[in-house]
Amino acid sequence: MSRVGWLRVPLTVTYVFLYLPIAVLVVMSFNASKTPFTWTGFSTQWYGELASNALIREGFINTMIVAVSATVLATALGTLLAIGIARYFRSAIVEAYSLAPAIIPDLALAIGLLALFSLVGVTLSLFSVLLSHVVFGMAFVAAVVIARLGQTDASLEEASRDLGAGAVTTFFRITLPSLAPAIIAGALLVFTLSLDEFVIAFFTDGPTTPTLPIVIYSMVRFGVTPEINALAALLLLVSFTIVLSAQRITRLTDSV
Amino acid sequence: MTSLLTIDHVSKDFDTTRALDDVSLEIRPNEFFALLGPSGCGKTTLLRAIAGFEDPDDGRISITDADGQETDLLALPPDKRPVNLMFQSYALFPHMNVRKNIAYGLEREGLSKQEINSRVDEVLETVGLVDKAKARPAQLSGGQRQRVALARAIVKRPRLLLLDEPLSALDRKVRAEMQMELKRLQHEVGITFVVVTHDQEEAMSMADRIAVMHDGRVQQVADPVTLYSRPANVFVADFIGSGTLLPGDVGATGFTALGRTLPGSNPSSVSGPAVLVLRPESVRVDGDDGVLDGTVVETHFYGGSSITAVRVDGVDGPVVSRDRGAPRHEVGQSVHLSWSADDAVILEAGSGADGP
Amino acid sequence: MTPAQTSERGASGRRALSARTVFAGPGLLYITVFMTLPLLLILTYTFFTRGRFGGVVWDFTLDNYGRAFEPVYLKVFGTSMLIAGITTVLALLLGYPTAYAITRLSPKWRTVALVLVVLPFWTNFLIRTYAWIILLNSEGPLNRALLDLGIIGAPLGLLYTPGAVIVGLLYAYLPLVVLPVYASIERVDRQLLEAARNLGAGRARTFLDVTLPLTLPGVMIGAIFVFVPSMGNFVVPELLGGGKTVMVGNLIRDQFLEARDWPFGSVIALFVVGLLVALFALQAAIARRINGKKVARV
Repeated sequence: MSRVGWLRVPLTVTYVFLYLPIAVLVVMSFNASKTPFTWTGFSTQWYGELASNALIREGFINTMIVAVSATVLATALGTLLAIGIARYFRSAIVEAYSLAPAIIPDLALAIGLLALFSLVGVTLSLFSVLLSHVVFGMAFVAAVVIARLGQTDASLEEASRDLGAGAVTTFFRITLPSLAPAIIAGALLVFTLSLDEFVIAFFTDGPTTPTLPIVIYSMVRFGVTPEINALAALLLLVSFTIVLSAQRITRLTDSV
Repeated sequence: MTSLLTIDHVSKDFDTTRALDDVSLEIRPNEFFALLGPSGCGKTTLLRAIAGFEDPDDGRISITDADGQETDLLALPPDKRPVNLMFQSYALFPHMNVRKNIAYGLEREGLSKQEINSRVDEVLETVGLVDKAKARPAQLSGGQRQRVALARAIVKRPRLLLLDEPLSALDRKVRAEMQMELKRLQHEVGITFVVVTHDQEEAMSMADRIAVMHDGRVQQVADPVTLYSRPANVFVADFIGSGTLLPGDVGATGFTALGRTLPGSNPSSVSGPAVLVLRPESVRVDGDDGVLDGTVVETHFYGGSSITAVRVDGVDGPVVSRDRGAPRHEVGQSVHLSWSADDAVILEAGSGADGP
Repeated sequence: MTPAQTSERGASGRRALSARTVFAGPGLLYITVFMTLPLLLILTYTFFTRGRFGGVVWDFTLDNYGRAFEPVYLKVFGTSMLIAGITTVLALLLGYPTAYAITRLSPKWRTVALVLVVLPFWTNFLIRTYAWIILLNSEGPLNRALLDLGIIGAPLGLLYTPGAVIVGLLYAYLPLVVLPVYASIERVDRQLLEAARNLGAGRARTFLDVTLPLTLPGVMIGAIFVFVPSMGNFVVPELLGGGKTVMVGNLIRDQFLEARDWPFGSVIALFVVGLLVALFALQAAIARRINGKKVARV
């Protein structure tokens, strides 16, 4: 045990580093004080103020519109793409191309999309944000589903075809059910990604329909308010819940 | 002769299974020793304990050098033990070429560059890989990789070389070649070899002595001929070679089965339920005379020899006889079987099976 | 081959082609329109003249590339490289031992430990950055704790420094180092480590001679995942650096949203994308070399 002992040091440092800021944020969101730095007593008043903040409410609605639609589109396209790659293309280059949107620097993608939208005359709005979020969301779904397809057996589908089921029947009765956990996990990831995405939305959104991250950005830029602490704590809760469920779902399938 | 390696009452548990159960062995200088047994019998665990990758819960492992000085191996970390191991997967470093792989162990000894170079050249010559010195493991065939692994181990000139299933990764043809090669090399370099294998033919053809292991225990240690003709228990008799194990009883008149007394030798004075081991070479098939009656069910001719399978009422499976030349009996013919008492061993029923 | 066989083959080939199109077609088309096309557009813009209100005027020029070498921009590149470089080194110094420690845990705890590393990465990036504004503030918990402990006499000016930028970037991208490094350590055959020990190498020697070189490709992936996004990040320099530290990301954003010089902004963005591609190519070459799949003929 002693020879592994020193390895506890980097582990501890990493986890403290990763979670201390988050912990401070959450604690401070229950702070009664008007400055978000000093603790004066327990209060949930900032959560109340959050609900009555029109900017945040509007941003939240905009973000939900984008995140839900992006999740639906990216999940559908990404799942089909993954099946196409894993079952028909089997090409490392096509796979790399499909996953590239997840790896390309977001700023480069953001300005490229801005250039594209302005060139073809798409007015910047939630719709252009949606189009942009689908492209990287799709890559994440494809990555998760391809990983799952790598574990499942193509002969299941071949057996179904052999037993007389058509391509469509096979897809809906065999392929899709066996992929369901991966698809759900992928969808959950796209949802959190879109919910939290700032850089691309910042460049492709119209001025009248800011998404929640854009609202947060402008609030943070102009100073720190306790409301942001409360909002941050809520968003952390949402992300943690979603990611942990995604993790649970995929791991459940690993053990099957 | 004093032994080189002494394994003294070594035991090792993994969670709930007993991998090594009170194992004691003496391995002599310059011998080719095999640890033979089915998978999970503990042979690999024993090998890894000698090399230092498993810590036994109990017992001692020591090595005696040329001057009679005894060293407790268990007190040394793996890198300080005068023992080298050839891994089943060969474990060649993929980022180093053949020469670097072989030189690695010598560099750790802090030898001079010159000495390292000359010894690597020498061993490359021995294993016939001079022209592959600059190649990476990924560019070699299975047989070549095996030679590199061997070269890397013997270049250190250990007193004891451990080989974990050295031939299992090779295809059949190369395997036969390498069997001869290993035997030749062992003579040439004068190192004690301890080979772990599950393949009885491999062990029988290469080793001077074999320890048969089962359920973490040593069942018998003997030379190949003794193992085959005088197995110590039913497990060994069943595991080594082929033949019929005829169940019966040892009473006052000797071994009885199928209502009659049958010839057999009884080296360890068995009484009660027993098993008679009938090797195909020992069984004679005759039309007129014998101790058991049966019907020929199959014959096979292999050119130099032939096999006759005889069904005997009351015996599970046929009794097989191997003979020189063509089969002399036809399928369906009634025949008689006989053997000499010296060629058939009587063993205690169930001996060597699970549990003491 | 009989004609019947040929035609059957042709038919199944066509069927595979159409199945491919049905499944992968829409996705690939989408990626082409919304990723490849935008990037090509950026590339195209670098050769033309800026429009007055953004966009471009279609007059061919190479001036945009020339401008990138003006001292003021070279300085930004230098600062960015330095800050991204320091962040990368710190991320590796912390991430490698962390990943190594995780591989040594029992399988059950390994999963928990990995999830805990990744979890913050999936949360809102702005909020994670914002947390550091609170932590590093002169009235924040860090300064308060140091004051209370008597370690410092007056609050430290931690926020709005290059150090704060590095901490923020490190916080943002540390998980991206741990994952690939973890995967590469996990992939090292334990028998290779045992072989090194058996040949006389101690623990440290075994690590340096076997583990480290074999995990180098994973280390490089991790380094790329920190270095490139750090260069392109404009939020952290702005929020934690107080705008005093200008990085490549800030430059790109300003060219597009404030200076309205899209062609020049495109040149810089192209540089970041090119850097990513070049580093990945380098990584692939090194990975091939280490595995010995391809060895240069001497």
